[in-house]
Amino acid sequence: MSIASVFDVALVALILAIGASTILVRKAFAAVVMFVVYGLLLSIAWVRLHAVDVALTEAAIGGGMTGLLLLGAVARSRSVNVGGPWIGRPARLATCALCALVVAGLAIAMLHPPEVIPTLAPTVMESLPQSGLGNPVAGVLFVFRALDTLLEKVVLLLALLGVWSLAPDRAWGGMPGLHVYARSDPTLIFLAQLLPPVGIVFGIYMCWVGAKDPGGAFQGGTVLAAMWLLVIVAGLQKAPAIGRLWLRGLLVAGPVLFLAIGLAGWVFADAFLAYPAGYAKPLIVAVEAALTLSIAVALGMLAAGPPERAQQQ
Amino acid sequence: MPSLLLGASIFVLLTVALGLFAILRRSADVDRLMAVQLLGTGGVAILLLLAVASETPPIVDVAVMLALFAAFAAVAFVRDASGASSEAKGE
Amino acid sequence: MSLVMDILTICAVSAGALFFLAGTVGLLRFPDTLTRLHALTKVDNLGLGLIVLGLLPQTSSLLAVKLVIVWLLVQLSGAVVTQLIAGAVRQHGADG
Repeated sequence: MSIASVFDVALVALILAIGASTILVRKAFAAVVMFVVYGLLLSIAWVRLHAVDVALTEAAIGGGMTGLLLLGAVARSRSVNVGGPWIGRPARLATCALCALVVAGLAIAMLHPPEVIPTLAPTVMESLPQSGLGNPVAGVLFVFRALDTLLEKVVLLLALLGVWSLAPDRAWGGMPGLHVYARSDPTLIFLAQLLPPVGIVFGIYMCWVGAKDPGGAFQGGTVLAAMWLLVIVAGLQKAPAIGRLWLRGLLVAGPVLFLAIGLAGWVFADAFLAYPAGYAKPLIVAVEAALTLSIAVALGMLAAGPPERAQQQ
Repeated sequence: MPSLLLGASIFVLLTVALGLFAILRRSADVDRLMAVQLLGTGGVAILLLLAVASETPPIVDVAVMLALFAAFAAVAFVRDASGASSEAKGE
Repeated sequence: MSLVMDILTICAVSAGALFFLAGTVGLLRFPDTLTRLHALTKVDNLGLGLIVLGLLPQTSSLLAVKLVIVWLLVQLSGAVVTQLIAGAVRQHGADG
């Protein structure tokens, strides 16, 4: 057994053990902490699988944003003191059976792979130079499967609408009910003043480098969103009211630009979401930059939660 | 040199795993946060070792990402703890 | 020259890995939360610091700058997290 496979076996064993204890542990806080640990380990696993793009996303979402979101949810359910509906035995058995079915399906797929695994990777690598991009993942996301990427960003906006629709009528257009630090803490303020400049530079770098190396709009946007939330949680700045025009503008800027370029493709390149020859890379970089801002604002507002207070005039 | 660095990353992984399980058996919330912190730092060390061992510089970006987000679980925890105590005092 | 560099790498990375072990043992054996936090900070600054120091000779200069930045970031968040946890413990006890 080579030394690399020793590492892989140890990592897989650790991931399975942490995954099992995430399910088995009874306290919500403990389960969330385990889930964050699980996310950190998964990002190392993605690195071992040579999927650095996915590892970056997992590190940002699984290790950072999910922890912030879920811990907020735990605190909220604690303060509201929801008992939760009692789940009877038939429902539990049905859940168990459905989960077993999914696992069995996955096991069959994993244990009996087709002899020749269908792949489009060689075709992608062959056509990639035409787009001017160096990162095959960015190529798939913005050239070959651009429609999926566009719809994915729209889904993010729909999710945000879902969260906002939980607002009571009197608070509509008001301030999100993000829990902030109750008293001003010099340590937290120190972090919120020092970390965001580094984080913002790294977020922009992620977006820029995405065309050539692993990285991209989603990873960059997540970093920007996290830095924004840190500043808000430390009490240095208030969360914006959701009725603000600039906020709504930023939210739709990315998808609208993407859609506009896609529609222009019909005129200049004979197909929806096709890029005119020679302009592919600059157009994609522009779309990525706009998407980074939109994703940052959307994720930040998702974590900030539904509006709770009416806007102060 | 690469196999030596890989060996070091296995050592760090096993050490962190050992610490993780011992800490997670304790029931205090604070101990669990320390487990996250230990794994965060261990994960950064493992990724840097892997990046140099496999000569894949982009892996260092994943380490930067982990380092940027290292404080977030603890920030969320103390925020919620501070909120709970101020509610308990009736503010 | 490269032999000297390799020896430096081996020594520093091994020492860093040992600090990870020391930190873990400290987390397991120390009696209360504050002393355990003390053990944890050694992992952040010395454990990772020595590993980064050991990796520096093996990388290009641009990547080396990035490695040092990673270490500084972990230092920053490690120090802040330790302060925050210690503050929470002082206010609410170990169960937070």
